[in-house]
Amino acid sequence: MRFKTELSNPEIIKPILRQVEALAGKMGKDIRIMEVCGTHTVSLRKSGIHSLLPENIKLISGPGCPVCVTPTGYLDNALALVEDNRAVIATFGDMLKVPGSKGISLSRYMGTGRVRMVYSPTDLLDMAQQSEKPVVFLGIGFETTIPTIASVFLKAEQEKIANLFIYTAFKVVIPALRALLDIPDRYIDGFLLPGHVSAIIGTEAYSLLEEPGGVPGVVAGFEPADMLFAILLILRQIFKGENRVENGYPRVVKANGNPRARKIMERLLTPSSEPWRGLGIIPDGSMKLKDEFRRLDADVVFDLPQIKDYDPPGCICASVILGKKSPVDCSLFGKKCIPENPVGPCMVSSEGSCAAYLKYGD
Amino acid sequence: MCLAVPLEIKEILDSERALVIQGSAEMEINISLLENPSAGDYVIVHAGFAIETLDIPEAEARLDLFEQMRTE
Repeated sequence: MRFKTELSNPEIIKPILRQVEALAGKMGKDIRIMEVCGTHTVSLRKSGIHSLLPENIKLISGPGCPVCVTPTGYLDNALALVEDNRAVIATFGDMLKVPGSKGISLSRYMGTGRVRMVYSPTDLLDMAQQSEKPVVFLGIGFETTIPTIASVFLKAEQEKIANLFIYTAFKVVIPALRALLDIPDRYIDGFLLPGHVSAIIGTEAYSLLEEPGGVPGVVAGFEPADMLFAILLILRQIFKGENRVENGYPRVVKANGNPRARKIMERLLTPSSEPWRGLGIIPDGSMKLKDEFRRLDADVVFDLPQIKDYDPPGCICASVILGKKSPVDCSLFGKKCIPENPVGPCMVSSEGSCAAYLKYGD
Repeated sequence: MCLAVPLEIKEILDSERALVIQGSAEMEINISLLENPSAGDYVIVHAGFAIETLDIPEAEARLDLFEQMRTE
């Protein structure tokens, strides 16, 4: 396909960059743009876009790394299920290396059959059917991932697979944006909005940004030209004093998103108010199983204790998630805390700000 | 986590499954989140699921816009 290579072609990127530079020069102040999505955090740095931007255009990483915003207490509960041999934990790979409050991670149990990694939630059905023990899936992720998992659990319910459960820590983006906008002494001038979450929720979902007091928001794809052009659109709005939502990724994102995927998600789950690392309890910022599906809920079935948040000593992950501090502000960064031996979740996930900054530079 | 790649559907297997082409190999994906997928569509694949269909005319239009910026 023509656009796959063209969107990272320097000849395409240069003219966009020139316009970014021209506008940045007229701003006369620092402009802080938060990339909400962890995949953008990585793509911006991997492609080097962050290093091409004018001095006064600051990218700050937001709360869009699911592993990073999951409180430590959640992981402690998952670890307890494995340690007590009450269930097999199935999880996406990202969660494996996150240390619980005792410094131990699920990866310690890899190879014992008590912790299993999945690439796609569809793997769960066979896994449960072949397992003599209960299988508990760690349901983490944003709207991109939630419908894929919901689809599988609706099927498990339909097929009456009795030993497959889910421990939900799903997060949704809009309430988090509201929480970020409500932080006193606003330090965010615009949002680079997530591409694939938006494929599900649609650009219409971001209307809160267009309310008085909102900031510009532009949905972006993940190729270099996509991201740089979205930054340009944000700057144009800031320059004109506007706060609109624009779609910089129309080849994938529609105004109404993917209603079919949302319907599947909303069939199984309902909004709930649960803790996020860094942001605390966000009203309706999470999703949990509806009462009619409590049978699938590991929280209920295994009577798990209420989760507590906990930051490892010295770890500033919570402030990094809020975009208040940069990973390089942390005394542990790149010294005591490295991807191979992470202290906090922002270094564990490949999409965590700390891991991305260390790998690709700040 | 939210990384997703465009892949071409080679064959629809049933209402839930399709084969996509990935490099020189084929991979089975779940298509139950899409309304009416068909062979030849490019779909955005995340965690083994097609989450959206790629709109080729929109993709072309965006590239045309970038080409235009280049010659301006």
